[in-house]
Amino acid sequence: MLRTGTTYIFALFKFNLNKIMVQHPRNVSEMRPGDVGIIAGFTDEYLSVKLMEMGCLPGIPVRFNFRAPFGDPVCISVSGYELSLRLEEAATISILN
Amino acid sequence: MTIPRRQKVALVGNPNSGKSSLFNQLTGLKQKIGNFPGVTVEKRSGLTSLADGSKLEIIDLPGIYSIYPRSLDERIVSEILLNHHAPTTPEKVVVIADATNLKRGLLLLSQIVDIGLPTILALNMMDLVARAGISYDIKALSRKLGIPVVPINARMGIGLDELKKAIASPVSATAKPIFDIWDETKAPVSELRESLGIDNDYEAYQFLEQPQSLKFLSKKEQQIVDEVRNRHQFFPGKFQGAETIQRYSFIQDLLNEVTLKQTDFSWKNYSRKIDKVLTHKFWGYALFFGLLFLIFQAIFAWATVPMDMIDVLFSDLSRYLHVVLPEGPLTSLLAEGIVPGMGGIIIFVPQIAILFAFISILEESGYMARVVFLMDKLMRRFGLNGKSVVPLMSGVACAIPAIMATRTIDNWKERTITIFVTPLMSCSARLPVFTILIALIVPDQKALGFFNLQGLALMGLYLLGFLAALGSAWVMKQIIRVRERSFLIMELPTYRVPRWSNVGYTIVEKTKAFVLEAGKVIMAISIILWVLASYGPGDKLANARETVLAESESLRLTEQGLEDRIAAYKLENSYAGVIGKALEPAIRPLGYDWKIGIALITSFAAREVFVGTMATIYSIGSADIDDDATIKSRMKEEVNPDTGGPRFTPAVGFSLLVFYLFAMQCMSTIAVVYRETGGWKWPLLQLLYMTALAYVSAWVVYQVFS
Repeated sequence: MLRTGTTYIFALFKFNLNKIMVQHPRNVSEMRPGDVGIIAGFTDEYLSVKLMEMGCLPGIPVRFNFRAPFGDPVCISVSGYELSLRLEEAATISILN
Repeated sequence: MTIPRRQKVALVGNPNSGKSSLFNQLTGLKQKIGNFPGVTVEKRSGLTSLADGSKLEIIDLPGIYSIYPRSLDERIVSEILLNHHAPTTPEKVVVIADATNLKRGLLLLSQIVDIGLPTILALNMMDLVARAGISYDIKALSRKLGIPVVPINARMGIGLDELKKAIASPVSATAKPIFDIWDETKAPVSELRESLGIDNDYEAYQFLEQPQSLKFLSKKEQQIVDEVRNRHQFFPGKFQGAETIQRYSFIQDLLNEVTLKQTDFSWKNYSRKIDKVLTHKFWGYALFFGLLFLIFQAIFAWATVPMDMIDVLFSDLSRYLHVVLPEGPLTSLLAEGIVPGMGGIIIFVPQIAILFAFISILEESGYMARVVFLMDKLMRRFGLNGKSVVPLMSGVACAIPAIMATRTIDNWKERTITIFVTPLMSCSARLPVFTILIALIVPDQKALGFFNLQGLALMGLYLLGFLAALGSAWVMKQIIRVRERSFLIMELPTYRVPRWSNVGYTIVEKTKAFVLEAGKVIMAISIILWVLASYGPGDKLANARETVLAESESLRLTEQGLEDRIAAYKLENSYAGVIGKALEPAIRPLGYDWKIGIALITSFAAREVFVGTMATIYSIGSADIDDDATIKSRMKEEVNPDTGGPRFTPAVGFSLLVFYLFAMQCMSTIAVVYRETGGWKWPLLQLLYMTALAYVSAWVVYQVFS
């Protein structure tokens, strides 16, 4: 009984630990319609240059508007206008939350 | 006394900033389309008159977001702007910026100012700015940037006089750059400035940053740039991100100072509401396909009336020339070569005009970006891009403007695949061929009560062409392996009511380009064809009349019947006939004889020639050429000597339909692919592939049906 209990707690703890360790900074592709976040940085240098030119700058708020019918591309609001980008591109924009 | 050189002013701005509206407002109908020297990017330019009556040349450059180019047509902008001392270089630059989204426009402006060209900022959409409750301190903005700033409303033409005044008054380049180049790069930059005599730091810095955009330099100068770059281990693109951040931080500070009231973008909400419907899972696609249906309907139903009129007009003109001019080879060349050739070009004008009316309305309203958004995921599976939808759609009218429309695709692989498969879409030139063959082999009956069989066959052909395009794209996606990355970072512009005059200008521009570009080739080919069909080896053609008279003495033919027989005899013994006969062994497996062979050869230049050739071969007098029924009945009566049955059996008919659907029978398309891909590799591969596809499919169809 006790043993199962400890295992259970341990398992729970380990599970949480894993979750903490695996957890990566959230990115735009994981946002839901209506969510707002602040751009923290980029994980892809090549794309970051294009994204910054288009007004996606670190520290700027970004709002997730909607997805295309097949879930990809997505539409976000940033720097006062609507920008569409593919899911894999959205995944390179990390956000603070 | 020398005539002072006309001043050139370049128009630069973000896409959707209202650049073409401003260009149209400034130049009106005094526009001309040409090419930038040495490259294939279309150059729009026009004249505008200033208050004192003098004229300026305005050059419209492709829309860009930054001086660092992403696609082919963007590169031309940096090439033009970096090449300071060429005679083609603009003396001044007008940067047009969307004032409702000033930040991004100022990024481009700051780069252009730093290159060292005299610059004027035109703040567009001031009406929307006012509605959004923003207000800018224009004077402060001008002072901080060190350049003239003019608020305008390009759609309504407000503020143009002030803008012209600003252009007319002397503008000098700003002395102090907005962005100072990095300390690490100062050494190579000053070295380069010294050896090439470049005016300012940022321009030299751009020389180092953009090795692909320096085609205007001589070989030796390019070598110097490469050397400096190597010696200092300068990697292009290394500092680009940091530069953007620095420029934006300057812009943010600037905007904080000059913005008098904070932004309220709630007016944009209506755009979001429209998007809820237009990008909806069901309604989005339903509306898009409904729209496609409407465009098809317009191209094929509405265009028929003017097309028939043009057809009649040119055949009348041809006949009239025969009557008025003295008989001889020159009259014959004019009446049977040049005039029908011209008719063959002009007849497509209604369809192309209608298609571009729709495309330009969709683009002006902001809907086209949503189509790209909706279709991207589907198209990507086939190695295409959401932006491939526009060329594929245009391909239904004509492959030539369609292939030119692929320039907006940034990715080389996706663009090449789109160019490669677009000619498989059934263009309007195939329509006359389809119409006559379907009428010949498909019964005019209703299936299931309301579907017209002939209509179904036609729709089936369009569908087959589309599927072949997608299938070929998928195969190419597997074959071409490149490491270039594909991306789709695209603005979804706010919905707007289209500006009708812009739609009009687009129609005029595209139609003109088609008539001139395709016209040249079609014209040349129709003259060559005329020669091939009018002359032949030996003196058989000269004695045609006597020979035919001797042969048909016993037949008691009417005058018309005799002329028809002579025409047919002439064609058989002309060079075209000789080539047709030589081709016969190769096309016999498809069920064709040498007469169809002649049609295949003549159609190589342009497929719509098929009907005319058929008319000539089956000895229909020129008087009846536009009467399809007559051609049809003659073709129906044609007997296959081997079987004793009709020549055009369903097997032969379907085989021909499939052949014409897939074969690359269009010189103009080959020419435009050559131009757009910059070499013979792709047009030749395309020709080879499509001919093989056509041959094999036609063979299979013939074997299955017979």
